Amino acid sequence: MSSRSRGVFIQIVVLLAALVGALLIGAVFLILAKSDPLKAYGVMFTGPISDKFGITETLVRTVPLLLVGLGIVISFRSGIINIGAEGQILAGAIGAAAVAVSLPDMPAVLLLPLVFLAGGLSGAVWGGIAGWLKARLAVNEILSTVMLNQIALQLYLFLIRGPLIDPKEVSYGTGVPQTASIPQQIWLSRLIPGTRLHSGLIFALLLAVLVYFFLWRTSIGYRMRAVGAGPEAARYAGIKVEWYLILAMALAGGMAGLAGAVEVTGVHHRAIEGISAGYGFSGIVAALFGRLHPLGTIPAAVLFGALLLGADMMQRAVNIPAAMVMVIQGLVVLFVVSSDYFLKNPSFLTHLKAKIFGQKVDGEGGK
Amino acid sequence: MEGVMNSAIIISILATGIRLATPYLLAALGEMFTQRSGVYNLGVEGIMMMGAFAGFFATLHLGSPLLGIIASLIIGALMGLLMALVSVTFKAEQGISGIGLYMFGWGLSGLLYRLYVGGITSIDGLKEVKIPLLSNIPFLGPIFFNQNILVYTALALVPLSGFILYKTSWGLNVRAVGNKPEAADTLGVNVVRIRYECLIVGSMLAGLAGAFLTIGQANMYADNITAGRGFIAIALVYFGRWSPWGILLGSLLFSMADSFQSMVQVLGINFPYELAVILPYVVTIVALAISFGRVWAPAALGKPFQRGTRG
Repeated sequence: MSSRSRGVFIQIVVLLAALVGALLIGAVFLILAKSDPLKAYGVMFTGPISDKFGITETLVRTVPLLLVGLGIVISFRSGIINIGAEGQILAGAIGAAAVAVSLPDMPAVLLLPLVFLAGGLSGAVWGGIAGWLKARLAVNEILSTVMLNQIALQLYLFLIRGPLIDPKEVSYGTGVPQTASIPQQIWLSRLIPGTRLHSGLIFALLLAVLVYFFLWRTSIGYRMRAVGAGPEAARYAGIKVEWYLILAMALAGGMAGLAGAVEVTGVHHRAIEGISAGYGFSGIVAALFGRLHPLGTIPAAVLFGALLLGADMMQRAVNIPAAMVMVIQGLVVLFVVSSDYFLKNPSFLTHLKAKIFGQKVDGEGGK
Repeated sequence: MEGVMNSAIIISILATGIRLATPYLLAALGEMFTQRSGVYNLGVEGIMMMGAFAGFFATLHLGSPLLGIIASLIIGALMGLLMALVSVTFKAEQGISGIGLYMFGWGLSGLLYRLYVGGITSIDGLKEVKIPLLSNIPFLGPIFFNQNILVYTALALVPLSGFILYKTSWGLNVRAVGNKPEAADTLGVNVVRIRYECLIVGSMLAGLAGAFLTIGQANMYADNITAGRGFIAIALVYFGRWSPWGILLGSLLFSMADSFQSMVQVLGINFPYELAVILPYVVTIVALAISFGRVWAPAALGKPFQRGTRG
């Protein structure tokens, strides 16, 4: 193997080890809860790949995870830890839905790009606020994005309960908090009839390639990564650090906003309560698992899409709460950030092996 | 308004404000020690959720809120140990490990609640303890001296933390490790050990802050009962410029606004509920914006310690 492909191979092994480690600790909690972890994980892992429904529903969840994950890749690579994707998804969803329902007669060829633009821009503004606060006022972005999540959630609820509620919900007296259905001409087409898998998947995959080229093949992308690698050095090299911080957050928010727009046009056909569904956090896990690489995030988003679906199936089949998947994701994050230490310090593993097996082991491992 | 704002209501707002300051104070004082030693613990929210559940669960099954308090301290310590392992020993990027801890605590508390409790269950939580004589003082008595034991604990921890941080050798070591870990190391201070201690103590206080929500306030457990308070507490550490008295001031500003806001709703003043609820989060961002970032921060905050390197 070339050294590059060997590096990739080692990374994959480490990531899988992180996932297995997280699952093992999760199994301990299941045993403590007097559940059978083999049965639970059996459903969780075979359910999503056993039939057409499982596979297509996995991919339905992959789309928002990938879009959010791409935004996370951009912001983390630029040195900004964005955990505001939940709020940015909501901003994108409500922006997209508001434009869509107010222009019911516009042809799809105009309306669909407009709706995506509205979703992307709404998310970009919501993310950009945190970027601006960091760049201009040195406000810690983790804290500001958490606060902006809470604010977005309440504003979103206010809008879908009040000004933007479906008039039918009011006239029928049912009062379900959701917007009116968006015009049918912009419902994303179904890739496989009879399933919910929609063309948003292709859009997300194309964006992943685009983000890769943007970050590694354009000078703006290069400067953003330089800011992430070391803001002081970047400033010394004449890069306007503040501007790129704002841009990174706006792009990250824009990606999450597009995820909201895709959920509206592809899945729900309106803005509903709980539309972000935790994708804002799971997208972080997918991006980290994809080693903060746009293309690596694709398989990671599929994997975590399957995990999210598998957790729902597990809840129905063996009555293990779907909250289990959040435990596993949290552990995966902890394992993945810890694994860097082992990748950088192979000698640590050698010592550990020597201690365990009482003999000297070749530190390099493999060829 | 004169007719509405009589003294009984003012006393009620202030007494509630003191009570609501408790979780902010406990969590923020804990985070202050952690950050003073040079480590961000951004998983406070997840630890609070675990503490809230542990306190609730122990009180429900053991029948004593005091055992609930102990349970929350133990769970907090374990979460702190986990964070220390990842952030100090494995030198992980602390912002991201905090998110991992947050998701872990969030998921696990929800999982355990659904597995072992299920529906809404109320408990007999902490009772108010009237302090003899002092509670009879007009106006001040009902505000300060008719509260539960966690409220008194949190208030007492303010001067106590100041004393520990500035007047004891351990506090000196903590500040040294947070500002100049290489120098502290040279002088024989065990940097790793101090950081472990601070993370564990800080996490115990975060667990206690969570327990206050279930056994000192709501007398029940609900999903997301912490509602971002753990993150607000971290913001209060910035706002309070890493000092106990500054943190007290910030916590009180917050809790009084909270108390006033809920009173507005109780009195039926017409204001959209959702917009009232976002106020604390907006105030947090404003507070962060005017506290000018890192100027007062411990110099080595967020930097993992590696012997033989200069930070």
